[in-house]
Amino acid sequence: MARYIAKRLFYMFVALFIIASVSFFLMKMLPGSPLSAQDKLSDEQQEIVLEKYGLNDPLPVQYVRYLGNIVKGDLGISFQFSNTPVTKIIQDRIGPSMQLGFQALVVGTILGVLLGMIAAIFHNGFLDYSSTLLAVLGTSIPSFVFAGLLQWVFAVELGWFPVAFWGGFEYTVLPTIALMIFPMATAARFIRTEMLEVLGSDFITTARAKGITEYAVVFKHGLRNSLIPLITVIGPMAISLLTGSLVIEQIFAIPGIGEQFVNSIMVNDYPTIMGMTLLIAFLFILIVLVVDILYGFIDPRIRISGGEK
Amino acid sequence: MSKLLEVKDLAISFNTFSGEVQAVRGVSFDVAKGETLAIVGESGSGKSVTTKSLMRLLPTPQSVIKRGQILFEGEDLVNKTDKEMQKIRGKDISMIFQDPMTSLNPTMKIGNQIMEGLIKHQNMSRSEARPKAAELLKQVGIPHAEKRLHQYPHQFSGGMRQRVVIAMALACNPKLLIADEPTTALDVTIQAQILELMKDVQKETGSSIIFITHDLGVVANIADRVAVMYAGKIVEIGTTEEIFYNPQHPYTWGLLGSMPTLDDTDEHLMSIPGSPPDMLNPPKGDAFAPRNSYALKIDTELEPPMFKVSDTHYAATWLLHENAPKVEPPAEVKRRMAGFSKTGEFLKGEEGEDQ
Repeated sequence: MARYIAKRLFYMFVALFIIASVSFFLMKMLPGSPLSAQDKLSDEQQEIVLEKYGLNDPLPVQYVRYLGNIVKGDLGISFQFSNTPVTKIIQDRIGPSMQLGFQALVVGTILGVLLGMIAAIFHNGFLDYSSTLLAVLGTSIPSFVFAGLLQWVFAVELGWFPVAFWGGFEYTVLPTIALMIFPMATAARFIRTEMLEVLGSDFITTARAKGITEYAVVFKHGLRNSLIPLITVIGPMAISLLTGSLVIEQIFAIPGIGEQFVNSIMVNDYPTIMGMTLLIAFLFILIVLVVDILYGFIDPRIRISGGEK
Repeated sequence: MSKLLEVKDLAISFNTFSGEVQAVRGVSFDVAKGETLAIVGESGSGKSVTTKSLMRLLPTPQSVIKRGQILFEGEDLVNKTDKEMQKIRGKDISMIFQDPMTSLNPTMKIGNQIMEGLIKHQNMSRSEARPKAAELLKQVGIPHAEKRLHQYPHQFSGGMRQRVVIAMALACNPKLLIADEPTTALDVTIQAQILELMKDVQKETGSSIIFITHDLGVVANIADRVAVMYAGKIVEIGTTEEIFYNPQHPYTWGLLGSMPTLDDTDEHLMSIPGSPPDMLNPPKGDAFAPRNSYALKIDTELEPPMFKVSDTHYAATWLLHENAPKVEPPAEVKRRMAGFSKTGEFLKGEEGEDQ
């Protein structure tokens, strides 16, 4: 197991190197420069600034210098905020994004699993149709519609929660709900389909034939076997949630990472774009690894051999 | 022998989109204590449905018990609630399924799967149940039982898994063991081992067995009595000797004739022409008539009742009526019948050596 993880970590660095290289050159192909919007600077002044940040050097030189800095853990200085290192920007911004994403992921998945199970147990009954309807609505209505609706009902009309901004826990409730609709609906759909199949399988009949309660049949024998495909979709979903949702952060005025990312692309803030790309890539690969390890916990048949036995 | 189970005129239907499928249409049989009853028949003849209904394991609301009684130790199981059935399942009646590759939970250690029933029915704690589970594994011939308890089903071979399934079924010393084609999915050498194991188990525990199969060789080996099912009905029932030496129903002749034997290199292997009837619209009269070369005119009009051949032997064919023309079984079948009785090789051959 340890060897396996070490191997996967090695591949992770290879992948990060490739991603860093490709996105570096892609970014350089973006039209304009960090100074495009600065009309007040004369050509000489622009030249001085470009020289200062090394942007006049040939591309290969910039590339090698950039890679060298990454290895040292230095993601560079942001162009848009004077003298702020990119790592500092990420640190400041990732907290709210991660917290919202994590809350939405956990609550959404648990609720989704419950909804899906209820639908499967009461197959073709009223509860099944209701939860399926909920799941279809959740996947088809965009989250900003929910966000607006939540703000209007719970913040403006009822006044239970603040309408926007970032403060204590109460500020996270509405954006979390808006964010969790999608993972919840997705989980419900997957669990329902999988549970129906699992509940029809032979070992469920065996379990029933043992005389254990229907509750034990569904939760002890059914649920674990239904979780396997869910984990596959939850992984990528976790990444998009944890790295911040542009739309939701914009609507609730949350100082998160998604908002910063798009702004940086707009103004050609190269170091920030690269830093965030690498961060998201890193999280993505890490979560894929976590998902692969989780498979083994849930399904002993695909447990990675070696080490444990 | 006193009766453990009595099934009276049981009829089961499935409600499907295309209509009511009459899977079982009035089946009656009984099982005595310590007896082995084999139910044989083609796929779709209703044998699995009948036995699943004994444990009330058929899916609801799709399946409906239309009429009839299932008397287990005098109590009618048809009217039991789910809660009451849970107390009977796994404790008084337990079941061995056809495919050991799919009938164990792949994500649960087999120890836990065996212990589940013990914990539920014997009020054991986990620490009490564990040694008992290991003992059960030993009983069904699995070595290193303590270690094996911590393994998952995929770490067992097919034959070993079926032994685990049997251990699970035996956990609470059931009075009735239902084996639904337990050897069909196994290869021949393993089949023999599993059959031996079941016979040993029965000798030790004295439980009754209902054995579903379409393999007449298995029947000869294990059963005391045989019920032949066709199109949701029992068409012939009798002791194993009676069914093999003196079969009366043309369908039974067909089954016997289509059974390959070891010495039949130049013999012609019979087959039953046609296929079983559509149970959405069961035919009028004798359901087997369209495939029966001995069919009489009355077969298409009126269903034959059970005619008594002996105290233990009944068959539902008009050929047994006193006005029916005398018909002999086909030559192939007669030769086989003679073969069985001459050599005795087929019937309880192996057991003879043990005793």
